[in-house]
Amino acid sequence: MAKTYHPPSVIEAIRADYFSTRLNSVVTVTFATFVAWAIWQLVNWGLINATFSEENKDACGHGAGGACWAVIDARWRLVLFGLYPFEEQWRSGIACVAIVITGILSCVPWFWNARRLSGLWVGGFLVFYILMRGGILGLTPVFEQNWGGLSLTIFIFATTTLLGMPLAIVFALLRRSELPWIARTMGVVIDTIRSLPLLSIMFTFAIVLPFVLPGWMIGDKLYRVIVGYALFFACYQAEIIRGGMQALSPGQEEAAKALGMGYWHRIGYIVLPQAFRNALPPTINQLVITFKETSLVVIIGFFEILASGNAAYGNADWNFAHVEVYCFVGFIYFIFVFALSRYGAHLERRMAVAQR
Amino acid sequence: MFAALKDKSTRDSAAQLGFVGIFILLIVVFGFTARSNLEAQGMTSGFGFLERATGWGISFSLIDFSTSDTYLKAIWVGILNSLFLGVIALTLATVLGVAIGVMRVSGNKMAQLIATTYVEIFRNLPLLLQVFFWYAILTTLPRPRDFADATGPIFFTGRGVYLPGLNVTGLSVFLVFAALVVTFGLWIWLKSARKFARVSMSQKKTRARGIWITWLVLSAGLLWWGRIPDSSLVSQPFLKGLNFREGIRISPELMACIVSISIYGGAYIGEIVRAGFNAVGKGQSEAGHALGLSQFQTFVYIRLPLAIRAVLPTLINQYVWLFKSTTIGIAVGFVDFFMVISTSINQSGQTLELIAILMGGFLVINYSMAWVLNRVNDAIKLKGNQLRT
Repeated sequence: MAKTYHPPSVIEAIRADYFSTRLNSVVTVTFATFVAWAIWQLVNWGLINATFSEENKDACGHGAGGACWAVIDARWRLVLFGLYPFEEQWRSGIACVAIVITGILSCVPWFWNARRLSGLWVGGFLVFYILMRGGILGLTPVFEQNWGGLSLTIFIFATTTLLGMPLAIVFALLRRSELPWIARTMGVVIDTIRSLPLLSIMFTFAIVLPFVLPGWMIGDKLYRVIVGYALFFACYQAEIIRGGMQALSPGQEEAAKALGMGYWHRIGYIVLPQAFRNALPPTINQLVITFKETSLVVIIGFFEILASGNAAYGNADWNFAHVEVYCFVGFIYFIFVFALSRYGAHLERRMAVAQR
Repeated sequence: MFAALKDKSTRDSAAQLGFVGIFILLIVVFGFTARSNLEAQGMTSGFGFLERATGWGISFSLIDFSTSDTYLKAIWVGILNSLFLGVIALTLATVLGVAIGVMRVSGNKMAQLIATTYVEIFRNLPLLLQVFFWYAILTTLPRPRDFADATGPIFFTGRGVYLPGLNVTGLSVFLVFAALVVTFGLWIWLKSARKFARVSMSQKKTRARGIWITWLVLSAGLLWWGRIPDSSLVSQPFLKGLNFREGIRISPELMACIVSISIYGGAYIGEIVRAGFNAVGKGQSEAGHALGLSQFQTFVYIRLPLAIRAVLPTLINQYVWLFKSTTIGIAVGFVDFFMVISTSINQSGQTLELIAILMGGFLVINYSMAWVLNRVNDAIKLKGNQLRT
């Protein structure tokens, strides 16, 4: 009688996954014990023994053995909004939401062409900027020096990518140029900037640039740092786009040439759309890294979310609560970065299916 | 005039000339503005200041440094510290990353779960946040005086981690490490270079053993030679008064940088290693099993070497990238290259020169690191039709 296939039962599946050999069983048991212990400790610390509201503040602190989430209860506004005026903080909040919605909308395939995507982002960014800066529509003006917390992080990230993306395309095209001197000069510039640490670039733009620029070009320190960051981003992104272009079969461009298309038509309608498609997963990865590395502006002296987190526990009342504050700040970063990187992984899978 | 513009080669030359010209023009404009700005402030440019005494101290230094030493020496101390941190952190990150990568491709779901959680948590948090976090944890450990009745070779205190050390000179330790690197290079060369393709396996093994024994003997000799006279060879930290004496103290700053960069880098390297294992075709390990190799042997002799070869180019980029991230030492006050430069800028005001040194230093370090690793890659990468799936 022929054996018929029957799907493995739950027990069989568990055995195959966890206890297939003696070594595997030992590994499973050891790791499971460790995981159980870690989860127990975490729950104990974060939930059972923890203090949640500011009123019970005295209960937490030294030797209580649990997390003191009261610090978040008391200081979350400082962490999220920094030095933004208290009465106007709703604007900062809505501005963040506007950018997040813009980000979510740009994941919708309907927006996936250059005109709609750039329109969406310019629009979203304008809403953000008007809300934050004020000065029109009856909103009181709040200057950049008072921006802080999450909205400053998002502002730096959004301006960097909005400035950097077009720049990256220009850099990639120049580096691929048929004219050797243009390609070579661009190559040297890109490789040099890529081999420098981001921190040194930001530092140079913040501290050194005022020395070498004529007075009218200096501008605000925040914008100088953003320009430096955008340049750095553009150099990395240019290499990613160039990689996407190289993955394109040369026949595509040759066919376009044969049809008599000019340079700009070839680039705009044939090369770039396909190159971007190829380069999408590494681009998302680069955006993830860029978002995380906005935290470096703390060192240059800006009050973004990590710095406001430092400030939140940096007074006598809360100086023991650093772990809780960092957990909170880390959680906020994690939501953004994790969502973005999951989306990148999703795109990668989708494209892998499409190319099969 | 217009006829000339119609000629393509003329137009091309003009475009190139214009492009390069704009760059040169920018640099010249920057140079002149800088000069007039400096003159307005009454500062002299040039590298003469490197010979001046700094007047400030450095909390952590591998070579002797005092406040009367020159800027040049301070910068050298910074570079050494950066390299020191980089070597330790990258080594630990590699060890962690390989372990995590192996866990992720192992058949055991529990191991996969742990490794995936690790990667997703630590890769998705900014490095700077992690540095701050570990620094806060490390500096709030119990004070040394609370260790009055504690025993053990290692003490985790709020002022740093105390380890037993050797009473030997720094130079001899450095030479031992240099010899280790050379020995490792020789070993790799012996194992994989074309030149030794005809040497038999057993002969290779004998030679490899010879190389490693030479290293052991040499380093024992070096350490003996480098002994500090009138002290025992091993120095164990002990509590005296409010602080520990002897042994090696790893400051919280250095420790926070090492821990965070290795954990963060480990998550990235783990992903790279996993991709490497996935790039090795299933046929390879099936062939190993068919030849009667055990699961472990297949892993050590077939999957791991192939995976390493597959990922080395990606890994090189990752190393360069991680090395650049050692600059975050400044966030917690670890005196690395970047922090020395930034302190020097504050103290001497020679901004442009110091920034030039910073950038030049990183270019040299990163390019030479990439060059060496690329040579290693050339030596061990699979050639021609060796890569089969």
